Amino acid sequence: MIPELGQFALILALLLSVLQAFFGIAGPALGRERWTAAVIPAVAGQFVMVSTAMGCLMAAFIGNDFSVRYVAENSNSALPLFYRIAGVWGAHSGSLLLWIFLLACWTLAAAVGTARLPRNFAARVLGVLGTISIGFLLYTLITSNPFVRLDPPWADGMGLNPILQDPGLAAHPPVLYTGYVGLAVAFAFAGAALLEGRLDREWARWTRPWATTAWAFLTCGITLGSWWAYYTLGWGGFWFWDPVENASFMPWLMGTALIHSLAVTEKRGLFKSWTLLLAVLGFSLSLIGTFLVRSGVLISVHSFVASPGRGEFILTFLVIMIGAALALYAWRAPQMQSEAGFELSARESFLLFNNILLVTACGTIFAGEMAPIISIALHLGKLSVGPPYFNPTFLVSMLPLLALLPLGIHARWKRGGLGERGRTLSIALAAAALIGCAVAFGVFTGAGILSPVSMTLGAWIILASLIDPIDRLRRRIAVPRAVLGMTVAHIGVGVFVIAMTAVQGFTAEQDVALTRGMSARDGGYTFQFERIKPLHGPNYGGAEAKILVTRNGKPVTVMYPQKRTYWVQHMVTTHSAIDINGGSNILVALGQDLGDGRWSFRLQVRPLVLYIWIGALIMAAGGLLAITDRRYRLAESRESAPAGPLPAGGAGS
Amino acid sequence: MMRYFAPLAIFAVIVVIFAFGLHQAPRKDLVPSPLIGKPAPSFTLPSLADPTQTVSNAALHGHWYLLNVWGTWCISCRLEAPELLAIAHTGVVPVIGLDWKDSRSAAMRYLAQRGNPYQQIAFDPGGLEAIHWGVYGAPETFIVNPQGIIVYKYIGPITPGAWTRDFLPRLRAAQTVSGS
Amino acid sequence: MSRRAPLGALTLTLVALLAAPFAHAIAPTRMPTPALEARYERLIHNFRCMQCQDESLANSPVSLAADMRRQIRQMLLAGDTDQQIRHFFVARYGYFILFKPPFVLKTAWLWLTPLVLLAIGTVSALWVIRRRAAVVAGDDEDEFLDDGLTGPRKHT
Repeated sequence: MIPELGQFALILALLLSVLQAFFGIAGPALGRERWTAAVIPAVAGQFVMVSTAMGCLMAAFIGNDFSVRYVAENSNSALPLFYRIAGVWGAHSGSLLLWIFLLACWTLAAAVGTARLPRNFAARVLGVLGTISIGFLLYTLITSNPFVRLDPPWADGMGLNPILQDPGLAAHPPVLYTGYVGLAVAFAFAGAALLEGRLDREWARWTRPWATTAWAFLTCGITLGSWWAYYTLGWGGFWFWDPVENASFMPWLMGTALIHSLAVTEKRGLFKSWTLLLAVLGFSLSLIGTFLVRSGVLISVHSFVASPGRGEFILTFLVIMIGAALALYAWRAPQMQSEAGFELSARESFLLFNNILLVTACGTIFAGEMAPIISIALHLGKLSVGPPYFNPTFLVSMLPLLALLPLGIHARWKRGGLGERGRTLSIALAAAALIGCAVAFGVFTGAGILSPVSMTLGAWIILASLIDPIDRLRRRIAVPRAVLGMTVAHIGVGVFVIAMTAVQGFTAEQDVALTRGMSARDGGYTFQFERIKPLHGPNYGGAEAKILVTRNGKPVTVMYPQKRTYWVQHMVTTHSAIDINGGSNILVALGQDLGDGRWSFRLQVRPLVLYIWIGALIMAAGGLLAITDRRYRLAESRESAPAGPLPAGGAGS
Repeated sequence: MMRYFAPLAIFAVIVVIFAFGLHQAPRKDLVPSPLIGKPAPSFTLPSLADPTQTVSNAALHGHWYLLNVWGTWCISCRLEAPELLAIAHTGVVPVIGLDWKDSRSAAMRYLAQRGNPYQQIAFDPGGLEAIHWGVYGAPETFIVNPQGIIVYKYIGPITPGAWTRDFLPRLRAAQTVSGS
Repeated sequence: MSRRAPLGALTLTLVALLAAPFAHAIAPTRMPTPALEARYERLIHNFRCMQCQDESLANSPVSLAADMRRQIRQMLLAGDTDQQIRHFFVARYGYFILFKPPFVLKTAWLWLTPLVLLAIGTVSALWVIRRRAAVVAGDDEDEFLDDGLTGPRKHT
């Protein structure tokens, strides 16, 4: 009963999304107010239906309903309740339902958030979101229905992949998808502007909170994924330039460019076509990511099980959705030029290069992603592309960007130049260089040329970000939330860069074979293999070792790495032991029984790796802080006194 | 003006790439071999049946032969076993087996149960010889010409369709040329 | 469908070979000298496993990866250079086995992509900036550009 209810709810949701799309776009286009007004009920109805469907699938999981094929394939009565719930999005069909559910949530939020905006514009935004819902609901119902029944029902299920039996599964997909789907709202705002044929600074002010929030969630989602990979995959890696990881990183890069481009459009009415294009591209890359991950086109540990029909459907959807958006862009964007000017050294100029460098990075990653397919298509033999390609080519765009960042945040709008700030920045650069070289050569040893350079850049970014708030406090001027948010976010970037440099340059890692009582040295620590004992869990068995870690003779910690065999799936997983000691992460992973009482271990000491994720979270926090600024809560531009020395509105475009 | 169409044009190219990617998706883990047209690595390995004897492809120089990489652990190899027997029966070309990463006793039992299509079988339990042939999965089958050049590599179990479509034309063409 | 069946079966074989898809290979090795050991580590991290095609030889648990690692060890002990070892594997498996595509005619497009994009981007940016710099004129806007950095601007 419940699965049928869920399926029925999805069908109703599809119908409602058709109405939502139709009324949202045709209403304003034809000037029919009743149609335009009908969008809101459609949105609300779709949300109710989608929530119902989600609830039904969850109920099927919680209730161990193994007559539903998706539940039978991904759950098991021995599975703890927590994972029966999180397992709802553990595989393709359920994760699509999660997508659709989050889209309905964002659409509802957009309906509420645009309530005080011009009716036609708001309706168009919701209409565009409706078209996206149509695509995903059709895709789910036709190719990936999670409510398909099994006849006869299974006695018990296959259980959840042991790798996914981790709190990471509860957190990573929902947060990540919230980001992916959130970019749809910015896409919809761009679509509405294109449909209307009009774009002004007000539009940028309306769009910015949505784009930034989506970007912040995407940042957190990617960070969670990276951290999850680090502690769960067993060899201490956190980013592999894997096709699926790249598929999430490309929208993030576009999102970053978008939020910066929006700043220019809001401030000066410039970069309109850039901002429109970035808004369209950001979500387009989300869609393309969905395609790459689910169509079976690329090989990846993370990809969902694919079938050809799924791939063709998504590709068709992509062509329609993105093709229409880009065609609309080609038609309408030329009419939205503005005539304002700016100098070479102006902030606009820096942000233009920011856009270009981020797009270059994105294009490079895309080329690497597609290289195996392209090389086969052109009969060039099959290429494979991995970290040795992505790392250096990513740096080609990123190093200039990091170097320009400290200058860009101080450059004056329009007229350019740094004014008095130039001197302060130079001092900051000198200080940063001292810090950078001291850390690279002093604290860690054996650095190349890249490490001190990027450490310096990271330190300079942090110092440069602090100059403005400190200056304001000194002069007792208010620090608006937007400025504070920007500062925090850029500090996060600096922290991230410093941490990444430390990890890339100074990780100590080795595989060793030890018998009981033997020890090995790595990264300044000594690891002694004390004992190994068998392990029994609720749905697994295995072995657990005990490792004593000391440094210079003084005890540091005791670590218990495990190896587990999950009975139902016959899968072996490695649960490495991780300890945080003085800014470094120590990781010990248990390998195999080599016979004669010898066991293999991986020992890894990674300095500052935690700050990679902390830096990223600080970036996200900065973004969220920035959009709580008063000016985003004003529905219309006001001529009244601004909260800080920032324009509350002002001349239109 | 035209530059605003650039994103759409680039997207069109990307769609073509994606469509091609979908087309080759079922075969995406197949890697074309760079050994096509190159001399086959010469090997001298113990024979599976009799460890004191050796199998060497230097002795096969001057003849066409198929080298079939297989193992008892390989499920797909069981799928192609009947086809291999049929091929051996036709006598068109001898099939030399390379027993890869296997146990001698299990392999002998397997052949006793299912029939032996191989004229000779080289035993490579360590897998190092297979690496010389660029083997990365089983079953894989190579066509080697009388000059000792690898002419073709087929990945996967040989089906009757694959035999007629991929193997015979290459063997026939060569046979008309060499007149044998 | 008949075309796909054998290939699906091949995939089955590959999967069957993977006893533990998500376990990794911790392969402790002791080479006679630290220099050789460092070279060994670098090499096995830079080759792709041909079966678990998403893993490096260093981390892949399948027996083919163990065979290849053994081959590399033998070659290092025999005194081969890194270049020779790379060439050995590329000659047999193609460029696919390298994580880093080499810079040759066939692969140049991939390596040049970031540089080309950067060049196009920079040139267009400078062109746009030139156009915009020529327009910087009337000052109505300046009053609203004050962000407290360098003090309020006077309306000129």
